[in-house]
Amino acid sequence: MLDRTLIGHCLTPHSVEVEKGRLRFFAKATGQLDPVYLDETAARNAGYRHIPVPPTFLFCLENDSPDPWALQRLLDMDLGRLLHGEQSFVYHRMACAGDVLTFEPRLSDIYSRRDGALEFFVRETRVTDANTGVHIADLRCVGVQRNDRRSA
Amino acid sequence: MSRIERDQPTDNPAGPQPLRLAPLDRTTLALYAGASSDHNPVHIDSDFAQRAGLPDVFAHGMLSMAYLGRFLTDWIPQSRICRFGVRFVSRVELGTALVCSGEIVDMAEHDGERLARVEVRVTCQAGELKVVGEASVLLPADD
Repeated sequence: MLDRTLIGHCLTPHSVEVEKGRLRFFAKATGQLDPVYLDETAARNAGYRHIPVPPTFLFCLENDSPDPWALQRLLDMDLGRLLHGEQSFVYHRMACAGDVLTFEPRLSDIYSRRDGALEFFVRETRVTDANTGVHIADLRCVGVQRNDRRSA
Repeated sequence: MSRIERDQPTDNPAGPQPLRLAPLDRTTLALYAGASSDHNPVHIDSDFAQRAGLPDVFAHGMLSMAYLGRFLTDWIPQSRICRFGVRFVSRVELGTALVCSGEIVDMAEHDGERLARVEVRVTCQAGELKVVGEASVLLPADD
């Protein structure tokens, strides 16, 4: 059983610079050929300040925390039994290469299904521009721990 | 003219052609692990996956969502996407050729602009649902 008393716990915030090389690597890894996501000039011609952070890349920047498994350790979870259940993004402002973003994650909920065979934990993360404080996005990640040992 | 209008195929007035991906291989998972900073060994280390009772490594859910993001931004300029959320339905195994698709299912007025609700999904070639979700997208009022 995941420890319900930890609901509301705030994880250590971190700030990370959006590097254009990283964005190009992400484009390569996801087969992205649209020049807006590869080339500064194409991005500017499309109206962006610099190469934009693609829709799901904020999740990757969240992984760039110095301690990416902090929540898993806090809840004493086993990586081999974890699944990603849901993920959502609410976008307030576009982020681009060169921006420095601050991530403030919080454990917002824990609940179970199927008599505890599946336990869900919800991490909500507010993302702001580290220099201006402008609200960039809100992320919501639902993880699932399989407690059914038959499959493990 | 918006990209939505330009890319509208005649057979699906509410959405563009699906994005079809090549069958997933280990290289793609390794590259995605590096690019995404998601180093969970269940996606890159077969020995770890088997010790955890899994047949082999499987794809990051967020790789499927990244492909869906590509599907959306091929269709709609990213600055018009207000919200994007998915539920991961089942594991994506090696060798799966994913297909991303979606279409507008609802339209509402919002501060002089139109807010479109887009249903999106990722399936494997045989049609089995892997990821399902929704995006909210702002369209210019004069479209």
